[in-house]
Amino acid sequence: MENNDANENTIVCVNCPRGCRVRVQSQNGEITNITGYQCDLGIDYAREEFKNPTRILPTTVRVKGGELELVPVKTARPIPKASIGEAMQELAGVRVQAPVKRGQVVVEDIAGTGIEVVATRSIALSQKENNTGNKKETG
Amino acid sequence: MMREHQLVIIGAGPAGLAAALEAEKAGLEDIVLLERDEYLGGILQQCIHNGFGLNYFGEELTGPEYAERFIDDVRESSVKIRLKTMVLNISPDKKITAINEEEGMIFLKAQAIILAMGCRERTREALKIPGTRPAGILTAGTAQRFINIEGYLPGREVVILGSGDIGLIMARRMALEGAEVKGVLEIMPYSSGLVRNKVQCLDDFGIPLKLQHTVDYIYGKQRLEAVDVIQVDDNFNRLTETKERIECDTLLLSVGLIPENELSQDMGLKLADGSGGPPVNELRETEIPGVYACGNVLQVHDLVDYVSEEAEVAARGAANFIKDSLKKREKEIIIEPGRGINFVIPHKISYQDESRKLIRHFLRVDEPRENIKIVIRDEAGSQIARFGREIVTPGEMETVKLPESLIPEGTGKLEFSIEAEGVEENGK
Repeated sequence: MENNDANENTIVCVNCPRGCRVRVQSQNGEITNITGYQCDLGIDYAREEFKNPTRILPTTVRVKGGELELVPVKTARPIPKASIGEAMQELAGVRVQAPVKRGQVVVEDIAGTGIEVVATRSIALSQKENNTGNKKETG
Repeated sequence: MMREHQLVIIGAGPAGLAAALEAEKAGLEDIVLLERDEYLGGILQQCIHNGFGLNYFGEELTGPEYAERFIDDVRESSVKIRLKTMVLNISPDKKITAINEEEGMIFLKAQAIILAMGCRERTREALKIPGTRPAGILTAGTAQRFINIEGYLPGREVVILGSGDIGLIMARRMALEGAEVKGVLEIMPYSSGLVRNKVQCLDDFGIPLKLQHTVDYIYGKQRLEAVDVIQVDDNFNRLTETKERIECDTLLLSVGLIPENELSQDMGLKLADGSGGPPVNELRETEIPGVYACGNVLQVHDLVDYVSEEAEVAARGAANFIKDSLKKREKEIIIEPGRGINFVIPHKISYQDESRKLIRHFLRVDEPRENIKIVIRDEAGSQIARFGREIVTPGEMETVKLPESLIPEGTGKLEFSIEAEGVEENGK
């Protein structure tokens, strides 16, 4: 956040349904005062959200030769909010070869964050010639 | 040919999967799980976002991850799975007619049945939005399946009606995939979604949330071209002068979920007001002995974690029913929702169980309130328990654990109601 002088930001706390509107006052990007919260979770959340807002990014990537076209993925850890757009652009070009195993690393370093993107679902090989779900599943 | 089984579970979403595993744990050896889709996990598989499992697993998972933990265990269990199998009918004496492309019609007879069919979304037709009938109008869940499973983006310029969690999640999802989300409309004066989703799905992407707004008219011949958006007052009257036309090619509807109970009704079960599912006792047993209901077919949950827990309650009930190890109370206790509460699950307490100390109740309040008490009173109107809450909203299900020891001997009714903090009132 580029705050070169005194500034006030409102951050909605997401820890409970109350959704406190926490006001963060800052000078040159340094927090000078936090008000408007009703519990300690609110201060911690607002401080973190002000300094370095991060999000887990859940999305999908294309699969080659899989029983489904897509595999759902997520960043293994939260990435900076500002990197989400770049991460989506990078993931648009990714193709994963089936079979895919849940937890498998799909991208090692997404958008220069040093954070991995991992599969969140296992995708088996396509069984188009032998498409008998029931035989396969009924033990 | 009629095949006989101990337990047949209808639906292999989170409720059906958890029920199957718990039933095996409770000692059943002949469990069949019927699922109409081609894979296990139900709607969780398209809910690729995180936020699942904090209660049940103590860690934050995506929908497919949550599902796969159960799927892995079910695959290693003795549970017999039939995919792509659609149940057509269940009779009151627990005969099931189903169909699949390999066996054709199949007939099963069960000692106990667990209904775990989930719910479905309300549509444009349920809202009766006037206008033309172009392509590009779909429920948020349908769009979610297109984008997350099939790999199609259903449109580029989107208006979303309804601020429930699916609507909010889909606003972010469409924005991430490059669509322009022009706004989320909510007819109520508050969002029915979680605060976290409002912040992370709308605010993060600069998507406006318009409270007390709805769609007034739909335009477009082949494809949706625009919608009229209009503000409403506190009594839902349309304020004509606020009408504004918004161009869009896609309208997503996130306007409520309906428990999918056609099979339940065909077998003679009545549906309860408020919850939209069949009335059940504390073991999630319906009015038909040996038939249980759990998950979103019973009540629409906002946390899958509670679905899993509820399914386990139903599975233990079914196992005990089959083993005939249950003792009925002399007098059933009817649970009634009182002031401020839309419904309470279970609807009654039927069994005597010395081993249990607490009976967990789920309830939904009728509007947001702060600093209240959930008060339980017996037939005579005496308060037997109360639970303070700093904040309650219709969008977040409340649960209370009622100690069995507090239930007065011989009472036939318990009433749950919302009372304001610090004010002693006498029930009504």
